Amino acid sequence: MMASAVAIAAPVPVVRRDRQRLIEKLAGCGFAFPAFLLLLLTNLVPLAVLLYLSFTNYELGALDTRFLGLDNFRKAVTDPVLRRSLANTFVYVAIVLPGAVGLGLLIAVLLHRRKRTRTFYEVVYFLPVTSTLIAMATVWQFILHPNLGPVNGMLRAMGFGEIAFLSEPAYVLPTLAAIGIWQLVGFNMVLFLAGLSAIPRDLYEAAEIDGCRSGIDRFLTITWPLLGPTTMFVIITTSITAFKVFDTVAVMTRGGPMGSSEVLLYAIYLEGYQYFHMGYAAALTLIFLAFVLLFSILQTFVLERRVHY
Amino acid sequence: MARVELKSISKSFGGVPVLSGIELDVADGEFLTLVGASGCGKSTLIRIIAGLEPQSSGSVLINGAPVDHLRPHERQVAMVFQSYALYPHMRVFANIGLPLMMSRLNLFERLPIIRMLSARRRRVMAEIESEVRAVTKQLQIDALLERRPSQLSGGQRQRVALGRAMVRHPAAFLMDEPLSNLDAKLRVHMRTELAELHDRLGTTFIYVTHDQVEAMTMSDRVAMMDNGTILQIGRPGDLYMRPANLKVAQFIGTPAINLLPAKVSSAGSVELFGAELPIRARRPAGSAMTLGIRPEAITLAPLGTSRPGMHLLPGRLRRSENLGPEHMLHIDLTSPASGTIICSVAGDHEPLTSDSRGLALLFMPSACHVFDVEGHRIDDVEAASAAAAPSSDPHARAFGATLCPLLPKAGEPCAPCGGPAARTS
Repeated sequence: MMASAVAIAAPVPVVRRDRQRLIEKLAGCGFAFPAFLLLLLTNLVPLAVLLYLSFTNYELGALDTRFLGLDNFRKAVTDPVLRRSLANTFVYVAIVLPGAVGLGLLIAVLLHRRKRTRTFYEVVYFLPVTSTLIAMATVWQFILHPNLGPVNGMLRAMGFGEIAFLSEPAYVLPTLAAIGIWQLVGFNMVLFLAGLSAIPRDLYEAAEIDGCRSGIDRFLTITWPLLGPTTMFVIITTSITAFKVFDTVAVMTRGGPMGSSEVLLYAIYLEGYQYFHMGYAAALTLIFLAFVLLFSILQTFVLERRVHY
Repeated sequence: MARVELKSISKSFGGVPVLSGIELDVADGEFLTLVGASGCGKSTLIRIIAGLEPQSSGSVLINGAPVDHLRPHERQVAMVFQSYALYPHMRVFANIGLPLMMSRLNLFERLPIIRMLSARRRRVMAEIESEVRAVTKQLQIDALLERRPSQLSGGQRQRVALGRAMVRHPAAFLMDEPLSNLDAKLRVHMRTELAELHDRLGTTFIYVTHDQVEAMTMSDRVAMMDNGTILQIGRPGDLYMRPANLKVAQFIGTPAINLLPAKVSSAGSVELFGAELPIRARRPAGSAMTLGIRPEAITLAPLGTSRPGMHLLPGRLRRSENLGPEHMLHIDLTSPASGTIICSVAGDHEPLTSDSRGLALLFMPSACHVFDVEGHRIDDVEAASAAAAPSSDPHARAFGATLCPLLPKAGEPCAPCGGPAARTS
């Protein structure tokens, strides 16, 4: 009796326990290694190269490269092209963000209660998301063409004058933004629909018994507050996507007329692949990344506090 | 305060009938429970009363006036949902106060930011706050006003849901399985609390549950539903003592009633396993019947015992479940009878069941419930023997027997029925 009690109470030898821990640690690292390698090769190494290039005057195809320190960034701060393209990008985001989020929400709320027609509308609104934007940009170019395009044809028929959507500096950014909205709405709608179906029906019924009479009451009391987390996600993804605008500009306007549609990514593209200033383009890319990061951090912190329940 | 009447309510979903011809009259201040297995239509019925679901035909009347054209909030009823349906983004205060804010503030006074401009809002909100505090104090959740539903326990959420219903002083409370999300212990506690709340408020309660214990313990009247119709409506005791239908007999009571196949003998009485019972069946000879015996109506005795006026079935113990104050015995009937019977026995049954030869199961024929082949109670059952007459003997009242069958030692109080010392046979 005594002997067996002692045997049970005897501790596991310390050496054996340490070995067990080491094996577990190694096994854990072994499992994580492939994923880490992939992350290293596809994200971290390119980022490091980018950082290095941004400190040099490397030009595509050049044989010797000089280390410049912070010169590229100093140049960027005073560069009028960069300033203009940043301003254009912000205007673009300022139009696309409320447009694509608001419309996406509106369409989702309208579609949510439909039964038979919901799938049809979902497909219709989602089509632009699945299409290639470069190809669609060409189509838009035709549609908005001052002489041949059907939009101006309609305006003419209604007695209005022609509008040069893509060659009038005042109209070009709003036009591009409208195309951006058209492309993003379907995606946002799907996200909002997912958020809407996660709201329990009970809540709407309770609200109805508690006196929510109209659709506006229901929306303000239940739908909008409970869509908070979805809305935050949609705002972040939309603003980052809008900030990355490139395809439509490259195909339709090439930054024109007179730089009035030159956006940040297009400016970087010009520096890097037209003027071959790879070092400077790398510095601009870092600035771009910093903005995207800032967006996500800002929105996460500001919105997170308000949508948490 | 309201009387709620349902006049031939029917409802079908896409051609499938779920309710047919429901007639119900709930008196002012009554606690009425709709009970039935899932899918019997009880939740649909309460949703029709609330106005959340339109009926296909028929009419709902509250205080004598039809409310079919009224929206849910205009019907002056409050509802407690199974899931509680608390607004997860609002604090307890706003959850409970919402019905008042909706009825007393206009749209502008409820809009974010813009509402700050209204001076009237501040005055109304102060009123609402005092009313919410009064209700939460009554429910003992006044310390939780600043919490969100996710920070509350199941029982606290339940109280918030009740508070939201109470704060409007509705004409009637509708409750759709409000206790089924609570753990067993809390459910028993809240059962008492709800019943006391009903006594205190004196408002009409219409309560839906699938739990017959809740129905039996809380209600003034119980309406047992099955397949879209009301099978029986009456006081809890009525449903238990005189079930009008085989399904009611099966549903009400734990453990469930024992059912034995019987038929009508050529003499017109009920025949059970070849033996005639002194019960007149008033159905054609040869027709099938079902005999129901409640577990507590059966008494056990050593094999070979016979008691005047009691019917005997032989059996052998299969399993015994100890519930503390009583034992649940599963007994296999032996030839000529067959099947399994459950009976409940208080106290020690060892001396009886250890007998390897078997047991005698005794019951009074008058304690049987007889149902015809459609499941309807045969109401005109008459016990032919004089033994059916009520007895003043406490053992007889407890067991329908003149002798306590467990035969405790002479001079000791009778454990099974709490009666005086049993006489030895």
